[in-house]
Amino acid sequence: MSLKKYILDLRKRREKVQQGGGEKAIEKQTAMGKMTARERILALLDQDSFTEYDLFVEHEARDFGMDKKQLHGDGVIIGTGTIYGAPVCVFAQDFTVAGGSLGLMHARKITKIMDHALKMRVPLIGINDSGGARIQEGVNSLAGYGEIFYRNTIASGVIPQISVILGPCAGGAVYSPALTDFVFTVDNISKMFITGPSVIKTVLGEEISMEDLGGARVHAEITGNAHFFANSEMECFDQIKKLITFIPWNNKQKAKAFPPKPPKSKVKVEDIIPSDPKNPYDVRDVIKAIVDDSDFFEIQELFAANIVIGFGRMEGETVGFVANQPLVLAGVLDCDSSDKAARFIRYCDAFNIPIITLEDMPGYLPGIDQEHAGVIRHGAKVLYAYSEATVPKITVILRKAYGGGYIAMNSRHLHADFMFAWPTAEIAVMGPEGAANIIFKKEIEEADDPEKMRQLKVQEYKEKFANPYVAAAKGYIDSVIEPDETRKMLLHALEVSVSKEDHRPEKKHGIPPF
Amino acid sequence: MKDDNQELVDFQILSLKYKTRLTRKFQERKKYEVPNPKEIKSVIPGTVVDIKSKKGQKLKEGDVILLLEAMKMVNEIHMPFDGKIKNIFVEKGQRISKNFLMIEIE
Repeated sequence: MSLKKYILDLRKRREKVQQGGGEKAIEKQTAMGKMTARERILALLDQDSFTEYDLFVEHEARDFGMDKKQLHGDGVIIGTGTIYGAPVCVFAQDFTVAGGSLGLMHARKITKIMDHALKMRVPLIGINDSGGARIQEGVNSLAGYGEIFYRNTIASGVIPQISVILGPCAGGAVYSPALTDFVFTVDNISKMFITGPSVIKTVLGEEISMEDLGGARVHAEITGNAHFFANSEMECFDQIKKLITFIPWNNKQKAKAFPPKPPKSKVKVEDIIPSDPKNPYDVRDVIKAIVDDSDFFEIQELFAANIVIGFGRMEGETVGFVANQPLVLAGVLDCDSSDKAARFIRYCDAFNIPIITLEDMPGYLPGIDQEHAGVIRHGAKVLYAYSEATVPKITVILRKAYGGGYIAMNSRHLHADFMFAWPTAEIAVMGPEGAANIIFKKEIEEADDPEKMRQLKVQEYKEKFANPYVAAAKGYIDSVIEPDETRKMLLHALEVSVSKEDHRPEKKHGIPPF
Repeated sequence: MKDDNQELVDFQILSLKYKTRLTRKFQERKKYEVPNPKEIKSVIPGTVVDIKSKKGQKLKEGDVILLLEAMKMVNEIHMPFDGKIKNIFVEKGQRISKNFLMIEIE
C-alpha cells in the first residue's frame, strides 16, 4: 500500500492552516503596511532554518459561539531556527487570525516555546501583534498572560529575551515585552499602552492618537520602554540579527568572538576632545575610534541621550560601553540616564560581557522635577549595578568626574578593576568655580576686588585639584594615559582579565532600588 | 535619525555653564507649582457625581465637600481644615481631568 494518500492529506492540512486568517485578513494586514507573521519569521531567520511546531493546535473555547469557529494555529506561530547560525526559539502572533488575540491554547503554544528556549539555553524572540486578551475565553486568557510573565521572569538573566512589537500590544500584554531584555519597535506599526486612546477618551475626556500615546517614537524617545527604533520591519529584523551577533546564547557562555579588526576611524582620539571642558563633543566618536572596525552598536539611542550605551568589539570580543554624552544635557546623570545605564550594566554582567565606562560628566541634573521624580533612588541603581557586577570593569576618565557622579561611574571605590585617566581628567568634589566659591568664601568676600580674587582662587583650585594626579597619588587611578593610548590600554586590561573571578556572599538575591 | 542640526545652548550645572543640546523630554518637563492649600484640585480624573456643599457655606475639617467617581469608586472629597467655601468650579455630572481646580476655600 502506498503512503501517498496520507502524505497528500498531511500536505493539504498544512497548506490550509498555513494560510492563517485567509486571503481577506492577509490583504487587510498588508494594507496596514504590515508583513504577515509567517513572512516575518522567514525574514528574520536564516534561510530554510525555520521549523514550526504546534501547527495543528486548536482552541477549546466553547462559549459565545466559539465552538463553531476554527482559528488556524490559534493565532500564533512557534518554532525554532537560526540567525547567522545561532539557534533561537521564536513565536509570532498572527493578527490575521482573530486579531492575534490571546486565548488559552495560544498562550500554551507561547509558553511551550519559552520552556524550550530556557531548557535548550538559547535566545527567545517574541513577535507581538495582537489585539489583546481573547474576551470569549475569560480568565483563561488572563491565566495565559500570567504564565508568560512568569516564564519571562524565570528566564531573565539566563537566556537573552527579545521582544519585537509589530502591531498593537496593549493592556496586560505589554508586560511580557517589559520583562524582556530588548524591545524592538517600528515607526507607525508598533503601538504599546496599558489603556488605549478610546478608554482615555471615555474616562478622561482627553483625546490623543495611538501614535502620540504609545507609538514607536514615544517609547524609543520618551518612555524608554523600547530599545530600538526602525523605519521598516526589514530594518528592524536587521537590527535584531546584528544584536544576536553581539550576545551569547545564554549566561554560561561568552558571545562569539569575531576576527579582530583595527578601528576604521582614522581620527586621533585627542583631536575629538575640545580643549575647553565646557565645550561638547560626541562621545560616540571616541568609542568609534576605539572599537574594532569602528563598529559601535548603540542601544536606546533616542532615550536619555545624555548617556550612551551599546556593544562593540575589542580584538573580536564583545564589550559593553557606558559613556556620558557631553553633547546632550552636558552628559549629566538624571533619573532616565541612571535607569538606562543601570539596566544595561546588569545585562552585561548577567551575560559575561566586560564593561568599559567612559566618563565625562558634571554631576547630577539639578531641579525640582528631578528630585521629585526620585533621582536619589534612580541614581542609586547605577551604584548598585556597578558594585554588583563581577565581569571585568574598566573606566577611562576623559575630562570631568565631579562629586557623586565620579563615584557612580564605576570608580575604584565601587571596585573597578582598572582605572585609567587622561591628563585632561578633572577628579574633584565639584567644578573649580563652585569649589573655590565655597572654600575661599571669606577671602573672596573680604577682598578689595572680589571678582578678581574669585578668578584667582578658581585658578588656584584648578591647578591644585582639577587634574588626575591627586587621585593618582592616592592610587585611586591606576594609570594616567595619553588619549591615543586608550585602545591599547583597554585591550591589555581586557586581555589580563579573561579569567577574572569575583565572588559575592551567598544570598537569594539583592534588593536593588527598582 | 537624530536631529543633528540642533543647536548648542548654554546649560548651567551648579556653578558652570556648558554648551550642549537639550532633549525633547527635558524641554517639555512640567514646571513646579507651589501647592496652594486653599485650592482643592482633583488628584485623579473622574466624574463629579454629587456636590454636598454650597458657595459661602462654613464647613469643619473632614466634612464632605463633593463626591468624585473615579476608577469605578466613589471618592469623598473632604475639607482639609475648617473654613468657608469661596467658590465651586464644578457642576454635578461634570467630567474632569487630573489637577482640575474644583473648590476654592477661605
